[in-house]
Amino acid sequence: MRLSRRRLLQASGAVAATGLVPSRFAIGQSAKVRVGLLLPYSGTYAALGHNITDSMKLAFAAAGNKLGGREIELVQVDSEADPAKAPANTNKLIVGEKVDFITGPVHSGVAMAMVKIAREEGTIAIVSNAGANAVTREMCGPNVFRTSFSNWQVCQPMGAEMARRNLKRVVSVTWNYAAGKEMIGAFREGFEKAGGTVVKEILVPFPNVEFQANLTEVAALKPDAVYAFFAGAGAVKFVKDYADSGLKARIPLYGAGFLTDGTLRAQGAAAEGVLTTLHYADSLDTPQNRSFREAFKKATTRDADVYAVQGYDTAQLLIQAMDKVKGDTKAGKALIAAMEAVQFDSPRGRWTFSKSHNPVQDIYLREVRNGDNAVIGIAQKAVADPAKGCGIA
Amino acid sequence: MDPAAFAIQLLNGVQYGFLLFLVAAGLTLIFGILGVINLAHGSFYMIGAYFAYWLTARTGSFPLALVLALPVAALLGWAVERFAISFLYARDHLHQVLLTYGLILIFNELQRIVWGNDVHGVPLPDALAGTLALTELQSYPVYRLVVSGLCVAVALGMYAVIHTTRLGMTIRAGASNREMVQLLGIDVKRLFAIVFSAGAALTALAGMLSAPINSVYPGMGESILIISFVVVVIGGIGSIKGAFLGAMLIGLADTFGKVLLPDQAGMVVYGLMAAVLLWRPRGLFGAGSA
Repeated sequence: MRLSRRRLLQASGAVAATGLVPSRFAIGQSAKVRVGLLLPYSGTYAALGHNITDSMKLAFAAAGNKLGGREIELVQVDSEADPAKAPANTNKLIVGEKVDFITGPVHSGVAMAMVKIAREEGTIAIVSNAGANAVTREMCGPNVFRTSFSNWQVCQPMGAEMARRNLKRVVSVTWNYAAGKEMIGAFREGFEKAGGTVVKEILVPFPNVEFQANLTEVAALKPDAVYAFFAGAGAVKFVKDYADSGLKARIPLYGAGFLTDGTLRAQGAAAEGVLTTLHYADSLDTPQNRSFREAFKKATTRDADVYAVQGYDTAQLLIQAMDKVKGDTKAGKALIAAMEAVQFDSPRGRWTFSKSHNPVQDIYLREVRNGDNAVIGIAQKAVADPAKGCGIA
Repeated sequence: MDPAAFAIQLLNGVQYGFLLFLVAAGLTLIFGILGVINLAHGSFYMIGAYFAYWLTARTGSFPLALVLALPVAALLGWAVERFAISFLYARDHLHQVLLTYGLILIFNELQRIVWGNDVHGVPLPDALAGTLALTELQSYPVYRLVVSGLCVAVALGMYAVIHTTRLGMTIRAGASNREMVQLLGIDVKRLFAIVFSAGAALTALAGMLSAPINSVYPGMGESILIISFVVVVIGGIGSIKGAFLGAMLIGLADTFGKVLLPDQAGMVVYGLMAAVLLWRPRGLFGAGSA
């Protein structure tokens, strides 16, 4: 199917020599599509970078390693999750390697630099993890897309959910840094709109993991529930300390999905019963998710996670949009329109873009059961980021 | 803050201080006696924690893992001193910083290759996994109290060794005047090797003990290193007594800083350090301070 269409295109390319179609089109057909990956391949976030990359390769391989009929060439740069090196690394890909698309990164600080330069240079940027709200708000642009989530999007629905559970007084705990404040802020917005009160916002110095003092404070405040956001080692430590302090039995723990994602094995029994929201869950029981997880496991011998899904969807976006413009990376507005219009059934659920180029997606309510994030419902269907301050929304 | 909450916060602070002391004690000895700024000190903490995780998974027993890992850590400390640090004694601090920073990179990369980048928890034996109820809401993990007890035992043991044995005497002498000890014909080579491997073993022990509390993760060595340097600087370089007092001060300042000054919590310990240094530029018990 694809082959015959390509022949047809080549034939039309020959006709183009007469001057009806721009000649770059015919030239573009033979060159490879260069996709730049700015992801952490070393350091704390290396596992995330590898999962995003491997699932992109998996999706590309299933599409014959072609985008709109043209061979794909991946150009990988280790971001080291270091915002200070982000401008140089982004320039290496956009200016040095002349990539057609730049994707990544994991770290929001890196994303801000990447998006800023991509906007200046006009290269299409697809953010495949970083959740900083600004990417699809103040920093948004026609050539800026995000296939992951905004911090607001994954946290705000839990506010209403907790209010529905008749929890009125809540203490929030997070690290004192940008992502933590965005996540807690979004939760607070949703919770207060639904009539709840955040009696105290506890901010722990980043990346401190000594929580005893804060837990004693929680015990003194006696709230109905605690809402927390931590990630990685901090998430493991907080959930374990919370259980060890004896608070978990009396004051239920809620949080952003990252509190229990990729950390459950280290958290063990301490995480049982913790409720979180996220745009994905490993246990999501859909045919798309099952077959994706099976294919990922077969290709990498590792278990897929939310990061792998985001990489996979980034690749799907490229495959579909490039098919529509027949591999013409210089198609400009037509290519962007094709990307905006992409819809498919992702392992996480039905996929569409909002006007600010952030996914519109269901936010799942998950409970840790037997060492797994079990989906117990949808906290809010088809959540779109409000895109405050975005010029194109 | 009501009295009960205050008492628990006090307990939290002291308990954190004990753990800091174990790490800082080795650091201050190595700094004071060998004259080496050992940036790789935190790596021993990390290695101890990973050994505890790895051996607990293999043997199924956390206490057994401790017993097995401690000599290995001491041996590793000896090897690092013999094959790397010993070339630095005659050189200035810049060379020491460069080499020990290089060691951090090597140890981190080895950790990544051997154990990967995942965060690991270390399960405790049932006897240690319980909690004691303090108030109707909050209870305290038994293991944290056990760790505090062990730290006190180690501190007392160190005090006994340093103040009653011949080795302790040379260590004390070395801390206050290194050149004089060398001139008196004491075998400094041997002394340095003992001090360095003991320091490494102490730090590794701290890493092992904190593994079930803090979990085990890449980069854990660097986070403890900075706060340990603060403790050493406050206490006075080379002074075990100073390290103990410094660790207690930092433990309490950090704990109460988080509760009383949450917005400035990240700076409280550094503010305390600055204040102490203004008052006593060589730290509380630094060599040569009045």
